[in-house]
Amino acid sequence: MNLQESGRDAASADAGHTAAPAALADTRTVKIECRDVNVYYGEAHALKGVDLDIYENEVTAFIGPSGCGKSTFLRCLNRMNDTIDTCRVKGSINLDGVDVYNRAVDVVQLRAKVGMVFQKPNPFPKSIYDNIAYGPRIHGQARTKADLDEIVLTSLEKAGLLDEVHDRLDQPGTGLSSGQQQRLCIARAIAVSPEVILMDEPCSALDPIATARIEELIDELRGNYTIVIVTHNMQQAARVSQRTAFFHLGNLIEVDETEQVFTSPKNEHTQGYITGRYG
Amino acid sequence: MTDTIKDPGFEASAALGDAQRRIRRRYAAERRFKFFGLAAILAAVGVLVVLLFTIVSSGYPAFFQTRIALDVDLRDPTLEQADPAKANYRKIFDDALAASLPGITDTKELRELRAMVTAAAPYLIRDRVVDDPSLIGREVRMELPASDRIDQLQKGEIDRNVAPDRRIVTDNQIAWYDRLDADGRISAPFNSGLFFNADSRFPELAGLWGAIVGSFYALMVCFFLSFPIGIAAAIYLEEFAPKNRWTDLIEVNINNLAAVPSIVFGLLGLAVYIQTFGLPRSAPLVGGMTLALMALPTIIIASRAALKSVPPSVREAALGVGASHQQAVLHHVLPLAMPGMLTGAIIGLAQALGETAPLLLIGMNAFITSAPEGITAPSTALPTQIYIWADSPERGFVSRTSAAIIVLLGFLVCMNAVAIYLRKRLEVRW
Repeated sequence: MNLQESGRDAASADAGHTAAPAALADTRTVKIECRDVNVYYGEAHALKGVDLDIYENEVTAFIGPSGCGKSTFLRCLNRMNDTIDTCRVKGSINLDGVDVYNRAVDVVQLRAKVGMVFQKPNPFPKSIYDNIAYGPRIHGQARTKADLDEIVLTSLEKAGLLDEVHDRLDQPGTGLSSGQQQRLCIARAIAVSPEVILMDEPCSALDPIATARIEELIDELRGNYTIVIVTHNMQQAARVSQRTAFFHLGNLIEVDETEQVFTSPKNEHTQGYITGRYG
Repeated sequence: MTDTIKDPGFEASAALGDAQRRIRRRYAAERRFKFFGLAAILAAVGVLVVLLFTIVSSGYPAFFQTRIALDVDLRDPTLEQADPAKANYRKIFDDALAASLPGITDTKELRELRAMVTAAAPYLIRDRVVDDPSLIGREVRMELPASDRIDQLQKGEIDRNVAPDRRIVTDNQIAWYDRLDADGRISAPFNSGLFFNADSRFPELAGLWGAIVGSFYALMVCFFLSFPIGIAAAIYLEEFAPKNRWTDLIEVNINNLAAVPSIVFGLLGLAVYIQTFGLPRSAPLVGGMTLALMALPTIIIASRAALKSVPPSVREAALGVGASHQQAVLHHVLPLAMPGMLTGAIIGLAQALGETAPLLLIGMNAFITSAPEGITAPSTALPTQIYIWADSPERGFVSRTSAAIIVLLGFLVCMNAVAIYLRKRLEVRW
C-alpha cells in the first residue's frame, strides 16, 4: 500500500519533468505518442498512467528494476500483450497518429511495422534463409524469388551477419552461436521493413563480445529505424540510447535525454537506481 | 579432510564423528533407495519374461501343422474338365485314403481312418482341382492337414500310454499314424494357414486372416475418424480456445473419458451406432467408430502435450514478424508438435487394436469363416478372435490362442516401433 502510494506520488511529481524535454526537442518527430497507458493483468495494475513520446530515428531505452513494467509497456507498442488472455490495456498509443489499439488497426500489419527482437535468441528451426524470408513471404513483400533473395541478403547485410553466413544460408539458424542467432533475429525483424524495432533485453543472454556487436548494430540501425530497447544493463542504456525512461513499480518515473538521466537525474528513485542503491 | 579428522580436540572430533555417521547414513539410504528401484525393475522384467515365455512356449506349436500326404487319383470318371466342381470328392478322398493304407475294409475302421485327416479334406481336394483343372486325369500327391487329434499326437501332446478310453486317438489310429510316418507321409511344415485362412470350426484349418483384415479395416476407420478430429480438437483447445469455465469443463471431461472402462464405449456403440443409426452389426465400420471414441481422448491429450511442449519463443518469434495467430500455429508450432502428435495417435491406435470389450458388444465376436470384403461386412478382429478361440473346446485351439496372442503382440510391437521411428526421424530434421 505504502509503496503504491509513493509510486503514485512520484508519477504525479514527474509530469513536470516529462513536459520540459518534449518542449526542447520540438525539431524531432514523435513516432509513438503514449498517453495515460494503463495495463492490468487480471486484477493486478501493472502499468499506471504512462505518458511517453518516442522520437523517430532515436534509440529510447527503458530501464528499471525487475517487474517495473518496462517489458509490459514495450509489448503494448506492437500489441504482443494480446496473446495474454488476462491482459487489458487502456489509454492511447498513437503510432504516426493512429491508435494501435483502434479496432480498425490490423494487428498483423502493426507488427510488420513494429518489429520485435526478444530476450532469448529465438530463430525458427528452419534454415537461415527461411528464417529471414518467412516475414516477407507471409506479407507478400517479394514478388519473385530474386526479390526475396535480395531482401534476405540486404537484411543479413544490415544486421552485419552476411559475411559470416553467406556460404551457409541453407543451414539451420539454430546452429549459429547465440550472438549470431540474435543478429539473425534482428535481420529477420528488419526483413519485413519495419519502422520501429522493439528490443526486449536483446543482450541479456549474450557474452560481452556478442553484446558489443549488437550494440554497434543498434547504433547503425538508428539511422533508418526508431528503436526502443529494454535493458537491465545501465551501461548499455548509457552507451546505445539517446533517451532513457526509468520505470518503477508500474510508473514512469523519469524520461529525459540519456545524458541528463545518468548525470543529473531529477528524481530520487532514478538517482537511487542508477547509483546502484536498489534494483 | 583426513587432516581435520585426526584433530585431537575432543569436542571437535565428537562433532566430526557425528557428521561422519550422518554421511554414512546418507550413503546407506542412497544405496537402499537404488536397490529398491532396481528390485522393482527386475520384478517387472521377470514378470514380463515369464509371461512371454508362457505364451511363446504354448503358442509355438501352432505355427506348424501336421500334414498327411495322400496320392489322390483324379482319373475318376465323374470328373469333367468342363465342370470340375461337380464330382464325388468324398469318394475320391476315401479312395486315396484306402490306397495309402490298404487292407482296411471295416466300415467302423474306415470312419476312424477318415477322422485322421481334416473333415474338410474333400473340399480341399475340390478347391485344388477347381483352381487347376489340368490336374484331372492324373494321380496327384496332396498334403492334406491332419485332423486336430493327429496333429496333437504328432506334437507329442497326447500320451500313448494312457488307457485308450481316456484319450482322443484310438489304438488303430496310432498304429496307422506310425505306418504313415514310416512311409514318409507325415510332415509338419510351417502353418501358413494360421495367417492366411479365415476362422473355422476345425482347429487345423482355423486361421487369423479374417481377424487381421477385420482389425485392419477397423483401425483404418478409427484412424481416419480420430486423428483429424483429435488433432483439430487439441489445436483448438490448446491454441485458440478462451480459457474459461467451459473449456475447463471440456478439458476435465476429456481427461475423464480416457479413464472410462472400454465396455462402456461398447455399450455406447451398440446403442447409438447400431440401434439408433441402424449400422450393420459385427462390421469393422462400427468397430472402428467405437474404437475411435476410445482413441480420441488419448490422441487429444498426447497432441495437447505435444503442442504445449513447443517453446513459446517460437510462437512469439512468428507473431513478432507479423504472422497471424493461425499462421504462427500452422507454420511453426504444428510442424514442431507433429512428431509428438503422430506418436500419440499411433499409441492410441495400438491401444484400440488390443481392445476387446467394446468389440464384443457390437458383435465382432461372431463366427465368420471368410475375410470381410469391406468395412460394412461382418468380421472379427484380432482380440475378439483370441477370445473366440480361447473359448473353444478343441485341443488345437489352445496353442492357436497363444499363437494369435503372439501375432497380436507382434502387430503392437510393430506399431510402437513405427511410432518411435517416426518420432526420431521427424525430430532429427533440425
